[in-house]
Amino acid sequence: MAHNNSYVDKKFNVVGTRFNRPDGIDKVTGKARYGADASAPGQLVGKVLRSPHAHAQILKINTSKAEKLQGVKSIITFEDLPDLTGADQGMADILENCMARGRALYDGHAVAAVAAIDEQTAAKALKLIEVKYKKLPHVTDVDEAMLPTAPIIHERIFTRGVEPKPTKPSNISSRTEMGNGDVDAGFAAADVIIEHSFKTEQTHQGYIEPHACLASVNPDGTAELWVTTQGHFVFRNVCAGLLGLDIAKLKVTSSEIGGGFGGKTHVWVEPVALALSRKANRPVKMVMSRDEVFRATGPTSSTSIDVKLGAKKNGEITAAVAELRYQGGAFPGNWAMLGCMTAFACYDIKNNKSIGWDVLVNRPKVAAYRAPSAPMAAFAVESAMDMLAKELRMKAIDLRLKNVAREGTLAPYGPTYGPIGIEATLKAVKAHPHMRAKLKPNQGRGVACGFWFNIGGQTSTDLNIGVDGTVNLAVGTVDVGGSRSSLAMIAAEELGIDYENVKANIADTTSLGHNDMTEGSRGTFSSGMATIYAAREAIEVLKQRAAKTWGIPLEDVSWEEGHAVATGKGHGNLPKLSLREIAAKSGRTGGPIAGHNEVTADGAGMGFASHICDVEVDPETGRSTIVRYTVVQDAGKAINPDYVEGQFQGGATQGIGWALNEEYIYGEDGRLQNPGFLDYRIPVCSDLPFIDTQILEIPNPNHPYGVRGVGETSIVPPLAAVGNAIANATGVRMGHAPMSPPRVLAALDALDAG
Amino acid sequence: MSKSTLVSTTVNGDAVEFACPTDESLMTALRDRVGLTGVKEGCGTGDCGACSISLDGRLVCSCIVLGVEAEGRSIETVEGLSQNGVLHPLQQNFIDHAALQCGICTPGFLIAAKALLDRNPNPDESEIRYALAGNLCRCTGYDKIVRAVQATAKDMRKKGRS
Ligand code: FES
Ligand code: FES
Repeated sequence: MAHNNSYVDKKFNVVGTRFNRPDGIDKVTGKARYGADASAPGQLVGKVLRSPHAHAQILKINTSKAEKLQGVKSIITFEDLPDLTGADQGMADILENCMARGRALYDGHAVAAVAAIDEQTAAKALKLIEVKYKKLPHVTDVDEAMLPTAPIIHERIFTRGVEPKPTKPSNISSRTEMGNGDVDAGFAAADVIIEHSFKTEQTHQGYIEPHACLASVNPDGTAELWVTTQGHFVFRNVCAGLLGLDIAKLKVTSSEIGGGFGGKTHVWVEPVALALSRKANRPVKMVMSRDEVFRATGPTSSTSIDVKLGAKKNGEITAAVAELRYQGGAFPGNWAMLGCMTAFACYDIKNNKSIGWDVLVNRPKVAAYRAPSAPMAAFAVESAMDMLAKELRMKAIDLRLKNVAREGTLAPYGPTYGPIGIEATLKAVKAHPHMRAKLKPNQGRGVACGFWFNIGGQTSTDLNIGVDGTVNLAVGTVDVGGSRSSLAMIAAEELGIDYENVKANIADTTSLGHNDMTEGSRGTFSSGMATIYAAREAIEVLKQRAAKTWGIPLEDVSWEEGHAVATGKGHGNLPKLSLREIAAKSGRTGGPIAGHNEVTADGAGMGFASHICDVEVDPETGRSTIVRYTVVQDAGKAINPDYVEGQFQGGATQGIGWALNEEYIYGEDGRLQNPGFLDYRIPVCSDLPFIDTQILEIPNPNHPYGVRGVGETSIVPPLAAVGNAIANATGVRMGHAPMSPPRVLAALDALDAG
Repeated sequence: MSKSTLVSTTVNGDAVEFACPTDESLMTALRDRVGLTGVKEGCGTGDCGACSISLDGRLVCSCIVLGVEAEGRSIETVEGLSQNGVLHPLQQNFIDHAALQCGICTPGFLIAAKALLDRNPNPDESEIRYALAGNLCRCTGYDKIVRAVQATAKDMRKKGRS
């Protein structure tokens, strides 16, 4: 069935109000079950042996002593995960990342795994596995990895996107270039040019719940997996592919998810748990330690970025160039490409060019992290914008407004924008009382903008109406931020019934068609769209039943506020029928009433935000404290404002952590030195003020309610907002994030030294 | 397998016995042996507060207490917060103020906030922020958590007066 997903301006009854989440009670009482909270009869405990080396050849793995330990039920190495990936290099990379194949590529790379009757036994068994390594030279820094002298991580990788085709392998997996116009002409026309280089360190998504799963494989090839994931359907497909299982026979159930932010879109221990279970013929539970989470999962790229901007005296930017280098860990990614796409997306700059370099290093395989790659590009570009404004003696916000992207602007990555919200967010920032609040000594204020796409993708949804008129909504997108509540609201809105009468559930993989990951801010956007269509399909059925009950033609029935109404001439005496009344009779009028929808949602809207940050810098220690913070973002339409605000605040806080503290620190030996929450310090409650939010609603023309994804953009501006605030507080421009106390202090000392 | 020791405790008001190896954390014992999986593990090293419980009235991270140390002592976990089917005001306010997203940190925050309000019914914002500084939340930016605790303190004071 074709659907019209154009935005229709209408009054809402349920959407846009604040309702409590359906999972709230379970979560405040401790009943909610997360990845580590399931168990099965006869379950074993699985544990992974990880490489202590950044780069090493694995000469021999001897498991014989471990096998003899009482209580050990299975041990696997890469030999138990044969390569079934055929010509699919992406899948082969996932497989090799799950279990090293001949070479350990980073500190923490899995080398072997054990399943035993309990935790203690499994831990003891790991110690009994003997691995003979031959250390190889390693590289962990993105710039060093690009040097011709750097140790090569994969001999099979030749840089894509350069002419002529290289003849030697390289750690640069690809070069991307995009942009519009003629940048040389643009710089020639400029009165002022600024150039600056930036670095950002690697950060982790930092979800509080470690990866955890419970796997059970039967000898007949049927299998079950309970897992904390952002996309159980995708996990099913990937795990089935890696293990040679039939997709239909692997049932994956998503647990409550204790945070993901992109990090739970990738498999790590899940294929290992399935392989251990297959070998032991018993269920295997695996829960990562925090140390493993840091060393082997997640993180986002560290980067090195150069930006050059040229402008006329009146502030018109005539040219912009960025060169962006992103490391993707030990496997190729397209992280730099995403950086290129987002770098100048907030602005209308006729001549722009972005060159991206995707680079391999001996670090864990990079995973998506909330608006992946955009925060680093924005740190560089939005810092440079402030530097340019200073040169031009303009207010930084006015420079942004003068060059802001609007409807009709050609985006650097190709499309022409429809209605977008960046100008509105900047104007709202300019008018915000925060901008006029007085600053105290050692305080400074910074503003920065950010952009992120959101994606649509495949979604499948079922809506079933019970005989008492209450509704079950089965969706396949994992609820990472309150989407069950938002989707129940949408169903209630469409059907014209109360929110309390709709219960949304996340269905397992055997109960619904395929659903893509909850990523790219798509959960509420695409499942919302599918929910609307499923509800409208159910309404058609409800109308048919009413027509049948009344014995009148279907055309004479309309659906109004939860009721079938007879509209044709001569039906005036027919009292309207409520959804509940129609449902009660469904057994006699044609059976259960349901609506379904399978859709590849497209038309996702762009998300733009502008942030204001006040920071106080202690000149003695270099410590920066956020004293006030405001997020202004276009949500298109906020289905449930509480959760939209929550996304804004959470994203901003992650960005603040990145700006001020969080970083992976690697030693000379290529080993991660701070794999724990004590030394990898995420913001705590006492680090922060209240995060103010302002939701703008510029409808997305391609969604029936005007919804845009809201989950990610808010992590994009903070690095630069903080950096700009520090520059305004101290006069030093920080080009290296995080802007931790030692870095800021060193910069202040350098300034004093002149 | 290491040798187990029998431990007798009071958990959320009930007498509970469990046997655990002497090197097992109280967190693991509560989760795996007593079945209280509302006690969450975020780090296992005392750095995240997800496993917070009250031990003889004192707020502790149960991952850095040994199971055997609970002998003869009284434990309160998130499972014991609601009484007779009525949510504790903190639980209700966390829901009402949307103070949870993924919710993995929520049990720890509830226990920590209760410990604060038990000793200081009228905390100011910064007292709340410092009292909760041992609990990590990666989803919310703490904004709505602090507001939920403020609202609870206000409710409870009002109720205490009436
Ligand atoms: S699990 Fe105990 S403090 Fe993190
Ligand atoms: S709500 Fe997810 S960590 Fe706090």
